[in-house]
Amino acid sequence: MYAIARQRILGQSFQKMRPAVSVLRSYSSAAKQITVRDALNSALDEEMSADPKVFLMGEEVGEYQGAYKITKGLLEKYGPERVLDTPITEAGFTGIGVGAAYYGLKPVVEFMTFNFSMQAIDHIINSAAKSNYMSAGQISVPIVFRGPNGAAAGVGAQHSQCYASWYASCPGLKVLSPYNSEDARGLLKAAIRDPDPVVFLENELLYGESFPVSDEVLDSSFCIPIGKAKIEREGKDVTITAFSKMVGYALKAAEILEKDGIYAEVINLRSIRPLDRSTINTSVRKTNRLVTVEEGFPQHGVGAEICASVVEESFAYLDAPVERIAGADVPMPYAANLERMAVPQIEDIVRAAKRACYRSVPLAAAA
Amino acid sequence: MAFSTATAYFAPQPFPLNTASPRSHDNPLITPASASPFFGSTPKLRLSPSPKFNLHRRSGSGVSVSQVVKEKKPKSTRSLLITKDEGLELYEDMVLGRAFEDMCAQMYYRGKMFGFVHLYNGQEAVSTGFIKLLKQQDSVVSTYRDHVHALSKGVPARAVMSELFGKTTGCCRGQGGSMHMFSREHNVLGGFAFIGEGIPVATGAAFTSKYTREVLKEVDCDHVTLAFFGDGTCNNGQFFECLNMAALWKLPIVFVVENNLWAIGMSHLRSTSDPQIYNKGPAFGMPGIHVDGMDVLKVREVAKEAIARARRGEGPTLVECETYRFRGHSLADPDELRDPAEKERYAARDPIKALKKYIIESNLASEAELKAIDKKIDEVVEDAVEFADESPVPPRSQLLENVFADPKGFGIGPDGRYRCADPKFTEGTAHV
Repeated sequence: MYAIARQRILGQSFQKMRPAVSVLRSYSSAAKQITVRDALNSALDEEMSADPKVFLMGEEVGEYQGAYKITKGLLEKYGPERVLDTPITEAGFTGIGVGAAYYGLKPVVEFMTFNFSMQAIDHIINSAAKSNYMSAGQISVPIVFRGPNGAAAGVGAQHSQCYASWYASCPGLKVLSPYNSEDARGLLKAAIRDPDPVVFLENELLYGESFPVSDEVLDSSFCIPIGKAKIEREGKDVTITAFSKMVGYALKAAEILEKDGIYAEVINLRSIRPLDRSTINTSVRKTNRLVTVEEGFPQHGVGAEICASVVEESFAYLDAPVERIAGADVPMPYAANLERMAVPQIEDIVRAAKRACYRSVPLAAAA
Repeated sequence: MAFSTATAYFAPQPFPLNTASPRSHDNPLITPASASPFFGSTPKLRLSPSPKFNLHRRSGSGVSVSQVVKEKKPKSTRSLLITKDEGLELYEDMVLGRAFEDMCAQMYYRGKMFGFVHLYNGQEAVSTGFIKLLKQQDSVVSTYRDHVHALSKGVPARAVMSELFGKTTGCCRGQGGSMHMFSREHNVLGGFAFIGEGIPVATGAAFTSKYTREVLKEVDCDHVTLAFFGDGTCNNGQFFECLNMAALWKLPIVFVVENNLWAIGMSHLRSTSDPQIYNKGPAFGMPGIHVDGMDVLKVREVAKEAIARARRGEGPTLVECETYRFRGHSLADPDELRDPAEKERYAARDPIKALKKYIIESNLASEAELKAIDKKIDEVVEDAVEFADESPVPPRSQLLENVFADPKGFGIGPDGRYRCADPKFTEGTAHV
């Protein structure tokens, strides 16, 4: 597991990062390490200072400094007119954000977790996602909905659902899910600058993790294109696709597989909608095997969509059936051991990859 | 019964904004004969001084609209509320709304229009009374009963009719339909199928106006937003959430309730614990006004104050307009549950006939001029139908357009243009 490096940021100068005392890997002494939390905070800060139309809205984003401290310091810097603490009315304030976006303001609406977005889902889908189409291009909605998504630790069934596949099935929305600090910064900036509604799915357990970033990432104009996946690790034997926290697990699994002579290619999806089908298919045509990993429920999940896409486009290249790793098809239990079983673990990914690799070996040789 | 004499129509007295409302339980002037709360305002009630209403019970921070009006208006005996031009403008707008909706019904039964069509007959006074006071940059948010709101705001009849026919020359190029009228040029923000959905969006538009003035420092930005919705919506959570936030942040919005007593087949009285919707305003710190929504001049007076209040930055107002829809909820509604006697009563209070009578009896214009307007509107509507008929249906490639505003969303399509994620995937089985 990654060690969590604690960082204290003094004042509002998010540009100057103090290198963290990291127990973990440091690639080179020149690369800076920032936590995902600071990456998000700095992205918000820079976008708000660049464009006065950007404003934040959500519960506890202001005086409480953010429920997960993502919006720390922004109230002092930009004032209560641009960092709005809302009452507990998801449907109401999401709709207000959409109405403001109709007029060209750029709201960033925070949901304390995406579970609460279900109270506002009518506005996300019906008045944000569909508006550009219904008005034939007259009304675009440059809004970002962001917040933690998926399972946290021991928070129970109503706080642990992953909404990636729900939102990604809806045309008119863009759905992003960053993994590391570079993803977080680049994708959030791209989302805020994007003229369409973007659902930005973060992960609570990743907030405190720090990752090395280059100077280019720290530049205020840094941006990652929406709709492109990233190959985190090159390989030739099996393709593993993942997003958000599962990318970390997949990378670890790849290291374990390497010891067994299986070189896995790990793809960090970054963008769930639009899905980067071409990267995925190119990779599968190279490796001929696919394992999809996600934390959410299996039925109608992201992995199901990737599998369908690969079957449609690269069927002839598959040497083994597509392996789908997803969370257990149950509401998230509370007990720690059950919770661990309900979410994919590294061993599950390793096992699936091995299954995918050995399927094509004739039974006689398997003995 | 409602218009027995011309003078009784507008009684010479301080303007009855808070109205001798027949729906009030407190009003001592309701005679047993008219005790039923939903009869029209009787002349008897109107000739007596209007009782002070419940506006100040929980006054909060808002200024009562009726108070402001009373302070300003002198006790004149024969002041006309409108000039000739204004009168003709109001008349023309209401006739356009009525003629257009009637034509929609015809076209629907001929199969030219399809899906869900909700007509506005009978409620024209509310739309005309409010929207004709707005500037172009002010915005209007409505529900699925939005044809007339769009027309009043200035969207050409041709564009609306084409949209209803599903042609590419419609205001939304045929992609929206009856329930989703949008116009960037005229600031009509829809057109929402879910009741209550438009209220937060309207509140957001009002928020933008305030933000533009205070944060973006365009100090003369005083755009006002009107949110139109019905009585059924007033039991929805989003309505209350927005009353709260609009009053909390003092947003320049007017919440206009078109209380036509029926939500499809559900009577307002059967579904609401406190049927007096305007009471819900003071609970959140804003004035709540009740007005006779079948009378365009009364609506206009109330609207003037409410909109002026919002423009001055004093915050939101809740206006409940007592009105009635002459047709069913939609063209598919057999409308069996409403009492025919009730329908007749309200038909007698037809806002267009009432305005016509007022204009003629106040000598603002002659019958001939009004007939000329009728004829002109008939021609406009006929022309709109012809235009819509002759317009082409959307080309097949339009299926995939306008999903995103960002044309470079994700890569170049095979034709070299960026339009959507992946044409092969997005089109499904359609042959585009």
